Amino acid sequence: MLQVARWRVILVIAITVLGILFAAPNVMPQQMRDSMPGFIPTRAINLGLDLRGGSSLLLEVDTATLRRQRLENVADQMAESLRDASPRITYAGRGVVENAARVRLLNAADAPRAMESLRAIVSTVESRGMGGGSPDIVFSQVEGGVIEARLTDEALQALSRDAVARSIEVIRRRIDPTGTSEVSIARQGDDRVSVQAPGESDPELLKQRIGQTALLTFHLVDDQADMGEVQAGRVPPGSMIAPPYSEGSTSELVRRRPSLTGDSLQNASARMNSQTGQYVISFQLDSAGARVFCRLSTEYVGRRFAILLDDKVLTAPSIREPICGGSGQIDGSFTAQSSSELALLLRAGALPVPLTVIEQRSVGAELGQDAINAGAVAGVIALLATLAFMIIAYGTFGVFACIALLVNGVLVIASMSVIGAALTLPGIAGLILTLAMAVDANVLIYERMRDEEAAGRSPALAIDAGFGRAMITIMDANLTTILAALILFQFGAGPVRGFAWTLSIGVITSVFTAVLVTQLLIALWFRMTRPKRLPI
Amino acid sequence: MKWPLIRYLPKKTNFRFVKSAKFFATLSILCVLASFASFASAGFRENPIALYNAAAGGPLEKLGAVGSKAFNLGIDFQGGTLIEFTAPFAIDLSRVREYADRADVGEVQVQNFGDDTHAVVRFENQPGRDTNEAAEAVQAQIRLAVDSVSFQNVAVVGPKVSGELFMSGVIALGLAIVLMLVYIWFRFELQFGIGSVMALFHDVILTMGLLSVLRIEFSLTTIAALLTIVGYSMNDTVVVFDRLRENLRKYKRMPIAEVIDLSINETLSRTIITGLTAILALFSLLYLGGPTLFPFTFAMIFGIVIGTYSSIYVAAPSVLLLRDKRRSAGSVAPEAEAQTSG
Repeated sequence: MLQVARWRVILVIAITVLGILFAAPNVMPQQMRDSMPGFIPTRAINLGLDLRGGSSLLLEVDTATLRRQRLENVADQMAESLRDASPRITYAGRGVVENAARVRLLNAADAPRAMESLRAIVSTVESRGMGGGSPDIVFSQVEGGVIEARLTDEALQALSRDAVARSIEVIRRRIDPTGTSEVSIARQGDDRVSVQAPGESDPELLKQRIGQTALLTFHLVDDQADMGEVQAGRVPPGSMIAPPYSEGSTSELVRRRPSLTGDSLQNASARMNSQTGQYVISFQLDSAGARVFCRLSTEYVGRRFAILLDDKVLTAPSIREPICGGSGQIDGSFTAQSSSELALLLRAGALPVPLTVIEQRSVGAELGQDAINAGAVAGVIALLATLAFMIIAYGTFGVFACIALLVNGVLVIASMSVIGAALTLPGIAGLILTLAMAVDANVLIYERMRDEEAAGRSPALAIDAGFGRAMITIMDANLTTILAALILFQFGAGPVRGFAWTLSIGVITSVFTAVLVTQLLIALWFRMTRPKRLPI
Repeated sequence: MKWPLIRYLPKKTNFRFVKSAKFFATLSILCVLASFASFASAGFRENPIALYNAAAGGPLEKLGAVGSKAFNLGIDFQGGTLIEFTAPFAIDLSRVREYADRADVGEVQVQNFGDDTHAVVRFENQPGRDTNEAAEAVQAQIRLAVDSVSFQNVAVVGPKVSGELFMSGVIALGLAIVLMLVYIWFRFELQFGIGSVMALFHDVILTMGLLSVLRIEFSLTTIAALLTIVGYSMNDTVVVFDRLRENLRKYKRMPIAEVIDLSINETLSRTIITGLTAILALFSLLYLGGPTLFPFTFAMIFGIVIGTYSSIYVAAPSVLLLRDKRRSAGSVAPEAEAQTSG
């Protein structure tokens, strides 16, 4: 092994040079990085939220609402399917109870025919893992003439996944309208979205923007109802009481079914009404929405209609004249900020279902900087201590180990920069630990050499045998650490995952440097000095 | 003065490790039992029987209630809110407590974090109250209580998430240990695998026991530390086993206890040097890493010490225990006996 093949020399040198090249951006100031020519890598290590500061939110789609929405839809489909059957199947009622949609047939004898007809509305959903699909709805007869539809687990999962995908789009438009910030929005599991916003972003603002469904709906105000009855708690069927959105509006009794929804919204912007000096939101409807709005406003001139946001009244003006241009404005006592926030939400569109924040973490940038400093100082001290210890313990061979260790450090930093894995606070601890673990491979090799020399071999043979025999142990020992790191990566979250990254990268590079780099150095040293005895 | 220092380390030591193994095995078993006792008694601070009786529900739920007190669980696993903040002057903790109580979020823990200009407020999730809203209410009160406060770290973990984090932590630990067993079984032999897994359990239980007794916070990063300890301890055990396997082939006639001693002695200087380097490196982190990393680093240093110990006194002797019969009845016996009798 003292004859090191040329390709190995080239490999070691090439990797080391590449490592230095890719690690370099981390020590360059930003200005210098910007002025570098294009072919030189300029990516530095991606710092985790705990080091650079920022907020992370874990949101969960409201599966109960999702299921209810879908079941209401299924109930409608069932009714339609029964009407379309020939001869027509009559039903007495339909509705959603708990986790099922139900229709009650007038004539229980129709049940078999109804079941047959309903089969048409079942569609298949892809089940994960296994090939093929499974039905999304399962029908059953509860009693006599009542047919019940339940959603299968697969259907619910597909619904959640779909809702998550749509939510991600909406959230992105809401918190990153220009697409320039470094916010990461990702799916987590079937029904969760994780949002990570680095930097000094305000977590409260973030939550406000995500926390609202922001569904805009237009409802006719029900002013024919007997107000006394309503106050006594007897709301007419088909109507509902909508609470005020802010202090400037009042609660209204409105038709339950919206005449128009925010889906038809094409644009929304905040502006100041020059006459009143108040902030308003002006909106533009798409052509279909404009037609509906035109017909509605023509039909109901003189009546009032309410504009609701998430079922709360923003404003409820009277219709003075038909509005057919497709644009209008909402005035609810807005401030400059609240109007522009709301306009942003409306432009981004409504979330398909409400999202709840189930985990929130935010770290101030200042704390992050403190952590980086502490980590850097601890790292340098650990490095110096290790270097000093190795030189004191092993002399010349210790110097070789130190060079290998430094190359290892460069390679770890370079790999982290290239992969883009986030460096977290536990990650720094992982780096420091790999320093020590990297030395282990050297120690194993040197101890073997000592043994072999003690057994009476010549220095050259001892060196050869040292590398050869230690290799098995090094592989076994490091594979176990990699196993542990892989598990951490699979199960850990956030900062812990950062730790797993640095640990596994560190282990891999350390085997490379401790074995190949050291071997090269020792071979070179041996050729130059031709020692009679090993210096260890 | 000779240099390098390695020359002072004898090339061959002759400690009789196996001879003292019985003593250390007893000690280890006692420590493991003490750890379990600590888990049951909230770190020897409460009477486990009283805890059990006070808990509601069936026997399993009662046991769960006792177990939940075993550690000073961080919010990752317990759920709840943690608010870390700083001010340009020493923070009046009692004032913070008084204001935070007005938010009506149940029992609020207020303590300094690192030094007296940093403080941390913690409280558990209140059933029926929105966790985010509660966190905002407390933050608002802290703003009133402390002038020019700046929030450094706010974490709100809902009850659902904390349960999942805990389960995934437990699964990760279990899976790691099983995988190690399989790996060693595959690379060595079953007895070696069992021996190394005994050492792993030993290390993990003792580290958890210490965390339990000292009430050091147990969080997600603690799980990371435990897994790293598993990795390190395994690493250390593998080095000893590797030599043991080699020596078993080399010295077919030597009694197994002597082979074990020989193997441990041969790898001893490596064990000491690597362990020392790791601890040396981690000590700087212990002092400079701040209170956030303290539990992590502390667990890791203890784990490295105990992992080194266990490779020598738990893993290797358990191979003796498991393998003794086969060797004395098998490969050594006939030939050796023929020689001695003849």
